[in-house]
Amino acid sequence: MSFIAMPKPDAAIIARRSEIAECLRAIVGDAGLIVSEDERRAYETDALTAYSAIPLAVVLPATTQEVSAVLKYLNEERVPVIARGAGTSLAGGALPSEDAVVLGVSRMSAVLDMNFADRVATVQAGITNIAISQAVAHEQFFYAPDPSSQLACTIGGNIAMNSGGAHCLKYGVTTNNLLGVRMVLMDGTIVDIGGEQLDSGGYDLLGLVCGSEGQFGVVTEAKVRILRQAEGARPVLFGFDSAEDAGACVADILAQGIIPVAIEYMDKPAIKVCEAFAHAGYPLDVEALLIVEVEGSDEEIDAMIARIVEVAEKHGSRTQRVARTEAESLAIWKGRKQAFGAMGRIADYMCMDGTIPTGRLPEVLTKITEICTRHGLGIANIFHAGDGNLHPLILYDINKPGELEKAEQAGAEILKLCVEVGGCLTGEHGVGVEKRDLMLDQFNQADLHQQQRLKTVFDPRWLLNPSKVFPLEGRLSS
Amino acid sequence: MSTSVVKKAAGLLEPRDEAQVITAVNDARASGAPLEIAGGSTKRSIGRPMQTAATLTTHRLSGITLYEPSELVIGAKAGTPLKAIEKELAKNRQRLAFEPIDYRKVLGSDGEPTIGAVAAANLSGPRRIYAGAARDALIGVRMVTGRGEAIKSGGRVMKNVTGYDLVKLSAGSWGTLGVLTEVTLKVLPMPETETTLVFEGLGDRQAIACLSAGLGSPFEVAGAAHLPAGIDGTAKTLLRIEGFAEQMTYRSGELKTLLRRHGVPALLAGEASQALWLKVRDAEFFAGEDTALWRVSMMPSRGPEIGAAAASAGGRVFYDWGGGLVWAAMPAGNDAGASALRSAVAGNGHATLIRAPESIRAAVDVFQPEQPAVAALSRAVKDAFDPDHILNPGRMFAGA
Ligand SMILES: Cc1cc2nc3c(=O)[nH]c(=O)nc-3n(C[C@H](O)[C@H](O)[C@H](O)COP(=O)(O)OP(=O)(O)OC[C@H]3O[C@@H](n4cnc5c(N)ncnc54)[C@H](O)[C@@H]3O)c2cc1C
Repeated sequence: MSFIAMPKPDAAIIARRSEIAECLRAIVGDAGLIVSEDERRAYETDALTAYSAIPLAVVLPATTQEVSAVLKYLNEERVPVIARGAGTSLAGGALPSEDAVVLGVSRMSAVLDMNFADRVATVQAGITNIAISQAVAHEQFFYAPDPSSQLACTIGGNIAMNSGGAHCLKYGVTTNNLLGVRMVLMDGTIVDIGGEQLDSGGYDLLGLVCGSEGQFGVVTEAKVRILRQAEGARPVLFGFDSAEDAGACVADILAQGIIPVAIEYMDKPAIKVCEAFAHAGYPLDVEALLIVEVEGSDEEIDAMIARIVEVAEKHGSRTQRVARTEAESLAIWKGRKQAFGAMGRIADYMCMDGTIPTGRLPEVLTKITEICTRHGLGIANIFHAGDGNLHPLILYDINKPGELEKAEQAGAEILKLCVEVGGCLTGEHGVGVEKRDLMLDQFNQADLHQQQRLKTVFDPRWLLNPSKVFPLEGRLSS
Repeated sequence: MSTSVVKKAAGLLEPRDEAQVITAVNDARASGAPLEIAGGSTKRSIGRPMQTAATLTTHRLSGITLYEPSELVIGAKAGTPLKAIEKELAKNRQRLAFEPIDYRKVLGSDGEPTIGAVAAANLSGPRRIYAGAARDALIGVRMVTGRGEAIKSGGRVMKNVTGYDLVKLSAGSWGTLGVLTEVTLKVLPMPETETTLVFEGLGDRQAIACLSAGLGSPFEVAGAAHLPAGIDGTAKTLLRIEGFAEQMTYRSGELKTLLRRHGVPALLAGEASQALWLKVRDAEFFAGEDTALWRVSMMPSRGPEIGAAAASAGGRVFYDWGGGLVWAAMPAGNDAGASALRSAVAGNGHATLIRAPESIRAAVDVFQPEQPAVAALSRAVKDAFDPDHILNPGRMFAGA
């Protein structure tokens, strides 16, 4: 089995399942409650599928008031709660336990208000990321953070994980695009944090809540910044003979004062798999590929691409494909967008998410290959190069005994390497259970205890998503 | 056994390293003698008056610790003068994109603002609407909490969600949670050039509508202010764009067309544009007065309501952030305009008293009072960092 231990579920709570379910039913009605084992099983895992546990019950409230009543009751009964959006967390953030109630926000997915003059949308937490952009698209607006999972993942999950996306180089991540939340604390208190204004009048509690991994409260509504779409966007694709050249090219583009909306990197193994799957026309004779996207009017794009091409040539770029039409743009993005799906067809994979100082890129890539080779595992690298957020995909075969453990071991070594070179364990996916036991590689106990004191401020009984983020040993309180 | 902290004069602590900060905080805790935390002391008069036994200044914790232009990151000890950071960045044609206000003009203070205080006060300027505030650029902090513990959060990379974001929490905490000892910030390239469109003679509502249309355009407006008549001569409505030279002609042309119903704007380029935005950034129009100065933030389209409420209480305003930030200069008597402004804000935003005599800052809430449930969280956050209320006690809120 896998490495990461979960605490033993509380048998006394499990024994009270039907009583607890009946009390929840009284609050949310039949439509809001899932008790049968078959149906609960749908909630046993998230996108970190190696870990699973069937929850005690699943409750799907339809209003903030219902969320409040549910939490108040479960707080009094001291039953743990796992908030859940779409369950796409790659870190096991939404992984339940057998003694916990999953609180899903899927029935709260409406757009409540679109205010174009003030550039803010008010939405319920269960809305998908893409649905926000779709709702405001008729006015040529969009919501900027765009995780690759945006078709499925919810704004509630994005807020909990402070999710990023391909375009965050220019637009920032969730925390930079969030204006306010309505959140229910574990004791049932409903709080409004932030609002339609910029910045906080007091402590930046909004900044603190964003990225708190479902441990502070259940977000039921959010106010997000919406932006006007750029006039146009086009990518250009470059091939390089080495990771060094590609890395130096990225650094030089930024140093020239050009901030593209996205700079995506793929290494040779990734290119091969994506090309075989998507037939995007990627060059197969290069070691590294960069997709650089810029925005603006046609003329502005041409001017910026000309500058970028100049830089890339200086760094020995061999292949260049400048998109001139919408169709050519789509072709360049096609392989990248389907990359994870393509990988999934050839192997099981674990998607790592460390960030490194971009100057250390070539050296880190070499070491990552060494680590995986030593464990007898394949590796492909696809990532956001502009900000150093790596996504090494460790390839393994779940059906071979011991391979998952090897992959986890290799993953841990890669993340430690990221920390060693001055980076961090996770750039956008969150700690969850996956990186929980590595936290002391990045922080010391004093750092973690200070974070834990904040957990206690919001959830004194540690009932919300309790077994995540902090190593189980050495906690201040739980 | 404690490292002795250099003491220049009675009541002034000037630690030279983190260990000395820890000692100073622990000594203060042990003796129950709270500390005022200062950088260059230029913003000392912002906040409620405090009873402290000594002042701890970070100005000897100085120096750039990291600068990687190609990674767009700079790190410095907290007491490093902002000026030194900006100078170093300019060598590589980079800058702090959030355009931190220099409060010396309106506060009549002198000294050098430090980078730690830029973070602790979550400063920003007109570019806030496009590039964020200090909170958005800040990616890593080291601090000594009121428990006398050195902790870190964040780091030196742009994307980092490892653990809770204490970086954001420390931005805008005004030295009440910890003494920042080192900060790391994201920087951006300086644009090649800038241009400002200046519309003249618009009333407040029309001006805000004009700014809003500009901000809702694809032309990346990076400054949107309105100076009503009497602030800087005739009424001026300003929209700033930045970028490559070839972009300026195109974008200013498009904006002119888009905003034509508001008139024909004059164009200011280069240094003339820069000079005007410096005045907006620093609220210089209200420098050298003895009015009470407020900084009010709410939904941009409600800006003119705040303006009207200020006017009926005898005040004058100008607008930044497309209307989302109102600078209000109010008569300094009575409550200095607190109730007029705060009832106009009506809980959907915040009004902060930036400049007022000490007696007024003692009598009215300097920071916006919070909803009871949020205030309870804020108090508990303070207690989690500084249980004995040793650091800047009461500066933001009474009893915290
Ligand atoms: C194929 C794929 C691609 C991905 N690409 C990206 C990417 O590009 N960038 C990126 O950042 N991430 C990416 N992810 C990760 C994932 O999609 C994000 O973490 C996302 O934000 C999770 O949203 P969710 O709604 O699925 O949340 P869930 O997985 O259901 O939950 C995630 C966490 O949020 C908490 N939570 C959920 N809803 C609430 C709420 N309403 N209130 C409080 N807490 C809540 C949960 O308790 C849990 O801790 C990807 C995942 C997959 C599978």
